[in-house]
Amino acid sequence: MSRTAGSLRGYILVRIGLMVPMVWVLLTVVFLLMRVAPGDPISATLGGKLSPAELARRQHALGFDKPILTQYFEYLGQVVQLKFGKTITDGQSIGSIVVSNGGATLELTIAALLVAVLVGLPLGLVAGRYRETIGDAVIRVFGILTYAAPVFFVGLLCQLLFAKNLNWLPASTQASAIVQATAPVTTHILLLDLVIHGQWGDIGDVLKHLILPAVTLGLLVAGVFIRLVRVNVGQALGGDYVEAARARGVPERKVVTRHAFKNALVPVVTVMGLQVALLLGGAVLTEQTFNWPGLGSQLLKYLNNRDYIGVQGIVTVFALVVVFVSLIIDIINAMIDPRVRY
Amino acid sequence: MAAPTLTTPTAPPAASGPRKRKNIFRRMAGPFIESRGVQRFMLLTGLTLTLVFVFMAIFAPLLAPFHFDQYKDAAGEFARQAAPSARNHWGTTVDGFDVMSRTFWGARTALEVMILAVVFSLCIGVPIGLISGYVGGWTDRILVLIMDALFAFPYLLLAIVASFLLKNTIKSGIVVAAIAITVVYVPQYFRVVRASTLSAREATYIEAARAIGARPRTIIRRYLFANVVQSVPVIATLNAADAILTLAGLGFLGLGIQPTQAAEWGYDLNRAVADAGAGIWWTALFPGLGIVLSVLALTLVGEGLNDVLNPTLRRRKSRAPKIQTSAVGPASAPVVEEDVRS
Amino acid sequence: MSDVVLSVRGLRIWYGTNRGAVRAVDGVNLDLKAGETVGLVGESGCGKSTLGRGVLGLLPEGSSAVGEVNFGGRNLLTISNRELRKLRGPSLGMIFQEPMTRLNPLLKISGHFEEVLKIHEPSIGKKETRRRALEALRGMGIPPTRYDQYPHEFSGGMRQRIMIALALVLRPAVVVADEPTTALDVLVEAQIIRILADLRANFDTALLLITHNLGIVAEACDRVAVMYAGRVVENGPAFDVTSNPVHPYSRELLKSTISLSTTALHSIPGAPPDLVSPPPACRFHPRCPDAMKICAAQWPPNVDVGGDRRSECWESARGDIPTGQDAPLEREALATSEEA
Repeated sequence: MSRTAGSLRGYILVRIGLMVPMVWVLLTVVFLLMRVAPGDPISATLGGKLSPAELARRQHALGFDKPILTQYFEYLGQVVQLKFGKTITDGQSIGSIVVSNGGATLELTIAALLVAVLVGLPLGLVAGRYRETIGDAVIRVFGILTYAAPVFFVGLLCQLLFAKNLNWLPASTQASAIVQATAPVTTHILLLDLVIHGQWGDIGDVLKHLILPAVTLGLLVAGVFIRLVRVNVGQALGGDYVEAARARGVPERKVVTRHAFKNALVPVVTVMGLQVALLLGGAVLTEQTFNWPGLGSQLLKYLNNRDYIGVQGIVTVFALVVVFVSLIIDIINAMIDPRVRY
Repeated sequence: MAAPTLTTPTAPPAASGPRKRKNIFRRMAGPFIESRGVQRFMLLTGLTLTLVFVFMAIFAPLLAPFHFDQYKDAAGEFARQAAPSARNHWGTTVDGFDVMSRTFWGARTALEVMILAVVFSLCIGVPIGLISGYVGGWTDRILVLIMDALFAFPYLLLAIVASFLLKNTIKSGIVVAAIAITVVYVPQYFRVVRASTLSAREATYIEAARAIGARPRTIIRRYLFANVVQSVPVIATLNAADAILTLAGLGFLGLGIQPTQAAEWGYDLNRAVADAGAGIWWTALFPGLGIVLSVLALTLVGEGLNDVLNPTLRRRKSRAPKIQTSAVGPASAPVVEEDVRS
Repeated sequence: MSDVVLSVRGLRIWYGTNRGAVRAVDGVNLDLKAGETVGLVGESGCGKSTLGRGVLGLLPEGSSAVGEVNFGGRNLLTISNRELRKLRGPSLGMIFQEPMTRLNPLLKISGHFEEVLKIHEPSIGKKETRRRALEALRGMGIPPTRYDQYPHEFSGGMRQRIMIALALVLRPAVVVADEPTTALDVLVEAQIIRILADLRANFDTALLLITHNLGIVAEACDRVAVMYAGRVVENGPAFDVTSNPVHPYSRELLKSTISLSTTALHSIPGAPPDLVSPPPACRFHPRCPDAMKICAAQWPPNVDVGGDRRSECWESARGDIPTGQDAPLEREALATSEEA
């Protein structure tokens, strides 16, 4: 009675298909949230500042006087064409905002993820291997602490300690003023642009600025990884196939690395995908703390100006990013774990 | 062959009476008493810290030297941004408020929001999860889709958007924050409760109840509820911990509670960012520690509960017994087989 | 006359619990000869699984073992872990009960074989490894085309056959099979039992077959040992013991076995004894239909009842019972739902 292996391609197709309703629900949620407040976005933002005639004109130009259902479908249609509209307060297109500021956020989140993986995975493996010992307890508490301490607090402490007191690292922004002024702009990802154009000297400066924010945000996620890997390793080590391997005389070291660790790390890939949501939320806070010019800072700017379109646009982009990243993570997971097939 | 010595046989073990129904306190205390080592330490530490936090919060008006927005006392105005001194034990902020008082009062705010948020989330999330899991069908499918979409959203963003929208409609900042957190956490409860309901629903005792004609309402109330509720306490403590973090996050971004309404740790940290540049550490350290310790306390309790309530993870330390090979009387097993007549 | 390859003497394995020490195995003697299959039967909780694992040193934390497990001139209970690990695979093999979870889901079958062969015979190359693995699998009826597949692509019965092949690929002298067919359906069970029976014929493996199914014992085993409450209460040639049991417990077990000719259900009243404080003297006396006064007072002798059979029972030693003590034992009616 043999089962034929499901195809990877089949899985990918089904998974992409499943994404559509998810995206649709997300967009609907965003749209509904934005319309919860009474009135339309324009009045809410600029109500007091414009004459009624001008207000009406703008409302009409952006279609806010149409019935709500029509607005809903137009919104959906626009998003599908990747047109998110223009902000109310300063007339920027959301698209251009994303392009110019997204790179900084990307830099930050990827660096933070790197830190989280480098710190969290090994600590989790060690804690899982040596469960119920002092080392395990210390690592667990460390993992909880990194989660309990909010990013901005850790960021502040880092600034106070490493920037102010010890003066090792810069306290804020993405790069020193000179570098920012002279850096070429191709991909809008600062680090990448410097590499492409071969300005090696400036890269050091940018990296120095990247360390504190990346470590701050990365530690937050590392705590999650520690917790997960630890539990997985513990479960794997108590598992039936591990016992069977021991019964075949496989040395403990190999049992731990080959059977326990490897199996424990597989779910981590999936969890990494789930952490994108956490990362993005934390990125907003980190950008505020370190004055980092990313999408999060922009979101806050439009929040404070009560610019509905701006907020809606950026939030939509964030949501879509999360969905797409989790899609990619699921596909990678399917490639690693042969049991995941439809 | 020597005649067997007939001494008084060891009496058979006394039959134990019917086991007394463990009263409810013993049952609740069970996990705490049975836990060992690290788990127990974590649980107890968490509980102690939580009690300290709650105590501080409830008695803030009595414990704090001054009111949270008090910038002078009988002797005159406080110096601004003053370092810790005899007058202001933990220093003062840029507005001249006493840091120690604000930290204590902040605990009170955190507790209020936390309780509200947990109560709201429980009252909404658990029933929806139960019903969705039990009823199934299209209701369930739609709810799952919505909840999954909300779940995928970066939680801070969701809270930001919610508070952004509610700020003008609801006056009390505390309620706004609580609702924002509720929106984020309802999907969590929903998921967990629904999963428990699904697995409990197929249990044989439910089938039996259906077979004797119990109505769905009765089944849910009597049978499912008790079993499903098991997974809720752990989520509730983690919910509480997250509530404090989210509240602080919102406060840090300026979307939280107005400073005139109550003291809030996140808001204090927001003001402390500017201080960091001047090397002023006391405005950041104490509110930050407040957040860390209270979240740590709740997470420890949650993790400890999880370890202890989840029997698969629970490790009851069993010590290898000393095997006595001394026989006592003719009724006991022989030490050496040759002792026995053949 | 074949040689004894494994000899167990006075083995006691106790577990620590918060109620006290559980005496899972409480003084067992057993011999395994080359090419012989010994069945170990008994109810759940009688200690047979513990005995099987104890022989290979696969006991969980919180357990102690004393006694002798003599193999190759050494006592396996006293040698170092390193030495024991070296024996597992090439000399000692284990077949587990639940095949569905015994293979690493992320490792191909080829990976499993390569691992065990590389560890114990590092000198043989990849080709030879593959040849040996395929040969072992072929003996179990697994075609070579499936060598590179993952465990989840096989059914339960096939996974058990793969486990057996893995256990046998290094031709160990002693194999312990812990209820290898309990989790499988009847048809697959028959296949597996036939495979195990072939072991007798083709290799010189000494097999300890642990099961609660007397039918398997009658079919596949040369000798059988019946366990109750941590002790072996009867042992002898399988055919003799299963057709004409001497010990009351063996008799009751046989009567409880369901076959096509069963017309009424028979069960042994009561429940297995509490192994923390087992009944004094003969541990079966609370449930024995033929219990006598002496059974509750004095430990029964281990009697040679002829035909290479032994029984630990007063009934086989009537001559040594003092007068009056052979009267039937008076006891209260057993509650059918006695907690063990």
